[in-house]
Amino acid sequence: MSILVVAEHDNSALKPATLNAVAAAVAIGGDIDVLVAGSDAGSAAAEAAKVAGVSKVLHAEGAEYANALAENLAPLVVSLAGGYSHVLAAATTSGKNVMPRVAAALDVAQISEIIEVVDAETFVRPIYAGNALATVKSSDATKVITVRATAFEAAAAEGGSAGVESAASAGDAGMSTWNGSELSKSERPELTSAGIVISGGRGMQSGDNFPMLEGIADKLGAAVGASRAAVDAGFVPNDYQVGQTGKVVAPELYVAVGISGAIQHLAGMKDSKVIVAINKDEEAPIFQVADYGLVADLFKAVPELSDEIDKVRG
Amino acid sequence: MKVLVPVKRVIDYNVKVRVKADQTGVELANVKMSMNPFDEISVEEAIRLKEAGKADEVVVVSLGVQQCQETIRTALAMGADRGILVTHDGDLEPLAVAKMLKAIVDKEEPGLVILGKQAIDDDCNQTGQMLAALLGWPQGTFASEIEIGDGSMKVVREVDGGLETVTLNMPAIVTTDLRLNEPRYASLPNIMKAKKKPIDTMTPADLGVDPAPRLEVLKVVEPAKREAGIKVPDVATLVEKLHNEAKVI
Ligand SMILES: Cc1cc2nc3c(=O)[nH]c(=O)nc-3n(C[C@H](O)[C@H](O)[C@H](O)COP(=O)(O)OP(=O)(O)OC[C@H]3O[C@@H](n4cnc5c(N)ncnc54)[C@H](O)[C@@H]3O)c2cc1C
Ligand SMILES: Nc1ncnc2c1ncn2[C@@H]1O[C@H](COP(=O)(O)O)[C@@H](O)[C@H]1O
Repeated sequence: MSILVVAEHDNSALKPATLNAVAAAVAIGGDIDVLVAGSDAGSAAAEAAKVAGVSKVLHAEGAEYANALAENLAPLVVSLAGGYSHVLAAATTSGKNVMPRVAAALDVAQISEIIEVVDAETFVRPIYAGNALATVKSSDATKVITVRATAFEAAAAEGGSAGVESAASAGDAGMSTWNGSELSKSERPELTSAGIVISGGRGMQSGDNFPMLEGIADKLGAAVGASRAAVDAGFVPNDYQVGQTGKVVAPELYVAVGISGAIQHLAGMKDSKVIVAINKDEEAPIFQVADYGLVADLFKAVPELSDEIDKVRG
Repeated sequence: MKVLVPVKRVIDYNVKVRVKADQTGVELANVKMSMNPFDEISVEEAIRLKEAGKADEVVVVSLGVQQCQETIRTALAMGADRGILVTHDGDLEPLAVAKMLKAIVDKEEPGLVILGKQAIDDDCNQTGQMLAALLGWPQGTFASEIEIGDGSMKVVREVDGGLETVTLNMPAIVTTDLRLNEPRYASLPNIMKAKKKPIDTMTPADLGVDPAPRLEVLKVVEPAKREAGIKVPDVATLVEKLHNEAKVI
């Protein structure tokens, strides 16, 4: 068996979820090659070569790969896929954008967001917002798979010594251009890989109140997330959304503040190790999944939380 | 320009799904079904394009059991012009749906196809991208804003890091994210009018597509339940427990 992992990177460094996709490849077993397609992406390719378990890095260079446009990246992956039994990518917005395009071009199914490898043909994936887990078996010649990062412990970033080979570009499809991005800037850890996440919901009432949560996040080295309602209301940007149709997180500690606990939100955080809920409504469904629930007005509890954390960490 | 909008009939998002005892799937009998919420956003966007004079016809298509007709009627009541129903009783995977949609696109020749980013039942997030691949069209997935230009369109996309803008040649595929618009409710007069709007019915065979699934579902089970936790009386107790008991801060 041989597996191709499509790396996600910003041309200079790998995105952490790539390491989780490599871990899923290790669970399948076989030779693991990593494709780094980018523009001036030599340092990302060199980083991929150091990842434990990787046999070879394929490095495709070209301006057409600078921003991972699916129209350009998918044909490259398709041109390489012939030699592989499996093609994997992390189930990030980038992986979700590109991989179904690869699968359809290969005339195979895609298996979305696997959380477990049963064997090389059989995988477990959540459906219905994680309220059911389906075990599916594929007999397609090439298995095209996206990997839920939180379900596979990241492969070690160091320890490997793979060779880097260059791969020929498949060219610019000439159908799409990238105009620019508006990325949220933050010194805090990335939501999906943070050890602690503190999220606010509609109960926060306004974006002006989020600095309360940010202050605590900074003390704990945590990331800040949100419910859909908080994003829809414009309190925080879209990339904060945790849930079925947002980001999936599974930190050591998840603190939900002013979030009711709709199934769509739970889908994105119920695999967290310890869950804390602060909500003034003792009937809120979030308490059914919380290890520690505090029925309180958040505007009183959150400032207290900040002070108490100072005391224990003092 | 004609806009094609695929709409899927799914279990309503408010329903708590139950896994069947024989582990073959989830219980669908006597469960409220609705249009996939992302598809309501797609229909709304297509109607707004028509209202803005950028589109002249909105065609909705649904694939699945006969009752998908109700989903089509809902879209017609919102303001779509006509429907196409492809009837099939078995499971349909995104690849098969994309192939059938391609056959419909070849016939209807829309300038734009707007799909939901994800069906909330299978949570696949594949069909739009697959259709784009089969057609050789560009794709603007997870759209939070679209702007039709002259032979091209701009799409603002919701991505993990924030927002990204791309320009696509048309015809193109768009998949909708939550912030694109707020779908309207159909008014009673429009619900009545929708009853008279035409729906064409066909089968996968008419479209020349084999709808058989590629994946074999071995079993469907419920996830492990979380143990119920405790309520703490105050913030001091909470922090003490997180520090000394859970040891997470
Ligand atoms: C297709 C679809 C996809 C979706 N995807 C997602 C998703 O990915 N992520 C997601 O989160 N949601 C998602 N949703 C939305 C979801 O159904 C809920 O509407 C949403 O999660 C509710 O957000 P909330 O808990 O912040 O708001 P609410 O449900 O309004 O809850 C607010 C909570 O705050 C509490 N509160 C208010 N004031 C205070 C106070 N002063 N102190 C303490 N507590 C207070 C209230 O008691 C209440 O429990 C999706 C919905 C659909 C239809
Ligand atoms: N059976 C179907 N009938 C109509 N549209 C569908 C069907 N299946 C998928 N779609 C469309 O594809 C989108 C994404 O679905 P999926 O790839 O299954 O998550 C949906 O939001 C619909 O727009």
